[in-house]
Amino acid sequence: MAEINLIDAVTQALAYELQQDAAVIVFGEDVAHNGGVFRATVGLHKRFGENRVFDTPLAENMIAGLAVGMATQGLKPVAEIQFLGFIYSALDQIISHASRLRNRTQGRLSCPMVIRAPYGAGIHAPEHHSESTEALFAHIPGLRVVIPSTPLKAYGLLLAAIRNPDPVIFLEPARMYRLFKQEVPDDGQAIALDTCFVIREGKDVTLVSWGASLYETQKAAFELAQKGIESEIIDVATIKPLDINTILESVGKTGRCVIIHEAARTCGVGAEIAAQLAEEALTILKAPIKRVTGYDTIVPLYRLEENYLPSIARIIEAVNTVMEYS
Amino acid sequence: MERSRNETILQYLSLDGKNLHALPEYLDSDFIKKLYGHMVATRMFDQKAIALQRTGKIGTYPSCEGQEAIGAGVASAMVESDVLCPYYRDHAAQLWRGVAMEEILLYWGGDERGSVFKKALQDFPICVPIASQTLHAAGIAKAMQLKNERRATVALLGDGATSRGDFYEAMNAAGVWNLPLVFVIANNQWAISVPRHAQTNAETLAQKGVAAGIPGIQVDGNDVIAVHVAMKQALEKARLGQGPSVIEAITYRVSDHTTADDAKRYRSEAEVLENKTKDPLIRLKLYLEKHHSWDEVLESDLKQKSQEAVLISVARFLKTEPMNAQVMFEYLYAAMPEDLIKQQQSFLTSRGA
Repeated sequence: MAEINLIDAVTQALAYELQQDAAVIVFGEDVAHNGGVFRATVGLHKRFGENRVFDTPLAENMIAGLAVGMATQGLKPVAEIQFLGFIYSALDQIISHASRLRNRTQGRLSCPMVIRAPYGAGIHAPEHHSESTEALFAHIPGLRVVIPSTPLKAYGLLLAAIRNPDPVIFLEPARMYRLFKQEVPDDGQAIALDTCFVIREGKDVTLVSWGASLYETQKAAFELAQKGIESEIIDVATIKPLDINTILESVGKTGRCVIIHEAARTCGVGAEIAAQLAEEALTILKAPIKRVTGYDTIVPLYRLEENYLPSIARIIEAVNTVMEYS
Repeated sequence: MERSRNETILQYLSLDGKNLHALPEYLDSDFIKKLYGHMVATRMFDQKAIALQRTGKIGTYPSCEGQEAIGAGVASAMVESDVLCPYYRDHAAQLWRGVAMEEILLYWGGDERGSVFKKALQDFPICVPIASQTLHAAGIAKAMQLKNERRATVALLGDGATSRGDFYEAMNAAGVWNLPLVFVIANNQWAISVPRHAQTNAETLAQKGVAAGIPGIQVDGNDVIAVHVAMKQALEKARLGQGPSVIEAITYRVSDHTTADDAKRYRSEAEVLENKTKDPLIRLKLYLEKHHSWDEVLESDLKQKSQEAVLISVARFLKTEPMNAQVMFEYLYAAMPEDLIKQQQSFLTSRGA
């Protein structure tokens, strides 16, 4: 089986679900004839036709509002927002309608829809193309926020997101799109949402991360292991709703936790995880919880963006700090 | 029916109940009486709802007094399989579609069950964020088109809503995709305290469709016949795949914006009184008296029956117990996630359950 990268896995999942479920509709800016600016939807318009895969006028709020309306008519819209930095005009539709339609009608109407958006820094993109503002959505009752970190997870989690009966914000780390390849069987197998994944076992410290930051996190764990420090790594994958139990179980074993995310620090999802650990696991913690995050700054333009992102060195430094406690 | 914006506003009934044009034949006596009956019942419901607010039985309520002809004219031209996306002053349209009076009271009385609806199951609940419902309507119309269904969607909005980007985005999508969608602007001259002339320099609101490639017309929104005829044509066109329309129905908000508003702060009583002379109910009643032998016996009978229907609904509303509070955790997701189950349990514990 050929190995594919994360963006190919997204395309593969979209094609699988378009094929097996006639209700699935893919749309957004430049997704049809151009195949998406990152090529996530390449070939889908040709294969499935204009009624299943189409371009929209350039208006993000409209794209989200259309998805809400279409979802109430038995369709399963999978909309693309070209970059997360352009989603803000759609927040009214996402927050005021998509997230609450089921609740306000007590299930009479609902929004089985997915909004996909590439996000994150590190791809030398122009201004407004590098944000990691996943916490905005994690704060909203009624939404799911899902972030894949590998081609395998992108395929399985996207299938799960499309099949989910509620709105899902599916954020694809643009830096990971073509970073590495994996074998991804096109078997239609979804991966469970609302679940964190232990992707490396270790006894000394729990590293919690998601999306592109898992790359540096794994590199740091490798280097730490050379010095005898064994890290357990958790890929959060679904940041809303949060599976705190998997994190608690790991921290119960290691007694130490470092949370790594690319998003700005204040009110980032790391703050929520740290708060829940403080509430549930204070007595088993051997050391203070540490966060390695983006700074509370605007993501700098690309000449300086590497300085913003959590680096391997910063992760190792944080782990060394928590290892000083015993 | 389509006119340029310099021509007159579509109108069938004069203020004194004369017909300015011959009415379409399908508008028979029974149907016109049904329209009138609906408008009378809506007015009585509205008055009762205001009274319920004043006595603390429901919360803030937006009166639809004076706009009954728009709701009745619009909804009576729709068929059941069409979909309505209303704003919050559209009780007349919702009631015609089959939404129950007690459901409207439940909604404004602070109870989510008011948006559940036992009929009009695909209609959206009323929309509070201004103009955002126009995009839902575009999405619904797009779905109808993709599924090749002969149905249409109706988006109702106010004059203030025409200033929002959502409205332009929805019209643009409807135009470029030729969607089965009718936008009806209830131009009641006031967006809370901001008058129509301070809202836009556009000569008409109907002309806002022009840039989206959508024909727009103005109708007399206090003339239920004009609204119905314009709407029926626009809907038939939409269902036949001949594209969207914009209808500006010109009316006047004789009430305060809501029961929480005091319109005396920003407009004159004289203006309101002058507009009350154009009341849609008076005009239709005069027409019925002239042409369909309407008399005081029939009028009194109608009012009595309407009043009974309102009172029965109010009684049902008043005896509806509040829901069990844990319901706030329900219906948020199809299946409650574990973190929410924990919060619900903590809520129940805090309540000593």
